[in-house]
Amino acid sequence: MTDTAAPAAKSGPRISGAFHRLLAFSGLIALVVAFSLASPNFLQTQNILAILQATSVNGVLAIAATLVIITGGIDLSVGTLMTFCAVVAGVILTYWGLPLPLGIIGAVLAGTASGLVSGTIIAKLKVPPFIATLGMMLILKGLSLVISGTKPIYFNDTPGFNQIALGSAVGSVFPAVPLPNGVLVLFAVAVVAAFVLSKTALGRYTFALGSNEEAVRLSGVNIDRWKIAVYAVTGAICGVAGLLIASRLNSAQPALGQGYELDAIAAVVIGGTSLSGGRGTVVGTLIGALIISVLANGLRILSVPQEWQTVVTGTIIILAVYADILRRRAL
Amino acid sequence: MAAPIASASASGAAVPLVEMTDIDKSFPGVRALAKARFELLPGEVHALMGENGAGKSTLMKILSGVYTRDAGTVLLNGQPVEITSPRQAQDLGVGIIHQELALMRDLTAAQNIFIGREPRRFGILDERQLNRDAAAIFASMNLKLEPTVRVETLTIAKQQMVEIAKALSYRSRVLIMDEPTAALNDAEIAELFAIINRLKAEGVGIVYISHKMDEIKRISDRVTIMRDGEYVGTVPGADTPIETIISMMVGRTLSSDTLVIPNTADAPIALEVKNLNRGREIRDVSFSVRKGEILGFAGLMGAGRTEVARAIFGADRREGGDIWVHSKRVGISSPKDAVEAGIGYLSEDRKHFGLATGLDVRNNIALASLDRFTGPGGVLDEAGMQKEAVGYIRQLAIKTPSDTQEARLLSGGNQQKVVIAKWLLRDCDILIFDEPTRGIDVGAKSEIYKLLNALAAEGKAIIVISSELPEVLRLSHRIAVMCEGRLTGILPGGASQEEIMRLATLRQSSVVESATQRKTA
Repeated sequence: MTDTAAPAAKSGPRISGAFHRLLAFSGLIALVVAFSLASPNFLQTQNILAILQATSVNGVLAIAATLVIITGGIDLSVGTLMTFCAVVAGVILTYWGLPLPLGIIGAVLAGTASGLVSGTIIAKLKVPPFIATLGMMLILKGLSLVISGTKPIYFNDTPGFNQIALGSAVGSVFPAVPLPNGVLVLFAVAVVAAFVLSKTALGRYTFALGSNEEAVRLSGVNIDRWKIAVYAVTGAICGVAGLLIASRLNSAQPALGQGYELDAIAAVVIGGTSLSGGRGTVVGTLIGALIISVLANGLRILSVPQEWQTVVTGTIIILAVYADILRRRAL
Repeated sequence: MAAPIASASASGAAVPLVEMTDIDKSFPGVRALAKARFELLPGEVHALMGENGAGKSTLMKILSGVYTRDAGTVLLNGQPVEITSPRQAQDLGVGIIHQELALMRDLTAAQNIFIGREPRRFGILDERQLNRDAAAIFASMNLKLEPTVRVETLTIAKQQMVEIAKALSYRSRVLIMDEPTAALNDAEIAELFAIINRLKAEGVGIVYISHKMDEIKRISDRVTIMRDGEYVGTVPGADTPIETIISMMVGRTLSSDTLVIPNTADAPIALEVKNLNRGREIRDVSFSVRKGEILGFAGLMGAGRTEVARAIFGADRREGGDIWVHSKRVGISSPKDAVEAGIGYLSEDRKHFGLATGLDVRNNIALASLDRFTGPGGVLDEAGMQKEAVGYIRQLAIKTPSDTQEARLLSGGNQQKVVIAKWLLRDCDILIFDEPTRGIDVGAKSEIYKLLNALAAEGKAIIVISSELPEVLRLSHRIAVMCEGRLTGILPGGASQEEIMRLATLRQSSVVESATQRKTA
């Protein structure tokens, strides 16, 4: 007799979900191997660090987008929200001359507030997420230009600011591995997000909403509140992304940001998160973001023109989703 | 009040679990309930019956907190209550198993049961406790189910068990089941009834909404009948003739028209299927239908009847077999090919496959024949479409204010007629009906039956797949019976139910085994 109470780790589709991540992961490995064989310059410590550094901003944004996409929603405002948060940090630190921690808190709070607004529009006013966040995308783009006075804000008066992304806490201990702090931030965000998704009520409702929102409502859960919370967390993570990109550029560039949301969503999709909601993982998204950066980096090393890199990325997105469809059909 | 009132004799003195009186509820433009009433005793299975739109679901949604009433009183255990949310209903011990299963497919069984009430430690979900609690409930139901299994992978029947477990986890004293057997096979229904009887013995009161008369007779202690949002009467379940219940539902006595089998022996063969094969679902199925003939398909759930229909229609790929239409071999590899050969398929899931619910009646009727109405430059001939649509609305007696009414606003029976009109306009003379009356009320059913008879009389060849034996028996000129993907026999119309069931369970060793106790070697 088997004991029904014993929690068994195995179940069919979960293995298949892992299969998709495995597929994405083997795709990543295959790319790394192929580029390493094609060019001796690829598998150098410097280049690997550059790839990781390049992944950090898109990776954080993609994790932010993963949360709302699992609820069955979408957030098109992550790119311009990131810029808005960077500008808020610039205003606090450079225009007002306040200390660094206040700038960091301000950026994250700005992101959270924006997420609360998006979430409220979606949950309370019942505006479809695509439209609500499209509107927010434009609103934030405009607001960034307004509060910055349409010009970049530099952080020259805040010496520690560029260390957020560019410094290397690891490198100061192990000089051989100068891992940029930006990458640490990415990993930290990933660990926290993965924890929230798998271990907290917020995470459970994130999946539940994407799986069958009506059923969650009929279970007596206040779905509006949780939906708003998910968008708020997404906004807060965008704040972190804003700090990362501002730190890397040592400036808040108000005109930047639009277009980043598409790269983020691409990473989410390549990582196996379903756009119809209910399923997805942070690890998958990380792999997806890495695939995009490895492709861009490798193709650049091989001197493939930029325009062709875009074509390849587009093809990969379609292939990744097709692989997922094949998997489901086999189910 | 002239209506007969019965009370459950065994527990006549008990305080009712539920007493709803003079319940009114209106929606914009519709009066859904008018002085409706309902009473449920502890340990009672109380069936709630009525045609579609009679107000059964609305009444139960008021009891379960989905809707709030406009007027009237609700007593739970003799205490007046205001139920304003599903959550509150659950806390008061009222659980509902929805017709459309309300589960989160991507979550596990245990996660579904405790959604909204997850056990936590230090703010973090305690998954182990969650699975233990779920396993305890399954054990109390005598149900073998892994708490960590994802709901998506479960059969509909098992998913239903998860829903019941969820309701029980709230310590529900009142359990509302809305069409619980719609998707279950006989063995699964037996399993469900065993659980219902166990709950009854524990004093749980069960509200049972169903259209299936035989189930009502089998399981219910009392039956309350509603019509047009009003209370009609309450009768004992076992001793009341079905005809009485039906006449209370429809407000008139239905003439149980008898089966007339026309002589089609000399009519030309319209459709012939030879050695149809597809994996384990369809094994070597051959049959033919003549013009003017209604061929019924009987069998248990999963016998492969729908699969045969879909393979003929080109909706699923077939692995082998030839299809002949009017003595010509046709290569059908897609629904488009089938339609061009004159085959129309009316699926059991109208909303998903048959009807474009967002379009109006006119466009739905014209949907398969748009090329006929396409003029120069690709412009649609709306006037022509309207003329045809109005013609079919009249011919099939489709109840709709106009041909521009959105199809989703029609009742189930009229939606079905719209789909029939679509295929008739497309000149389909071979029509496959898959569960044509599922979810349709008694009155509309008999209209659909009349329509099918009329279509056959016009010379259409008709295949009817139905899980309701009385329906197959009432309609079919011949009855094909399937079991486990095989055609186990073709019986003449008017064959006995026993004969059909014998063929339907032929070689079905697994079902017999699970129905009796399973022997482990």
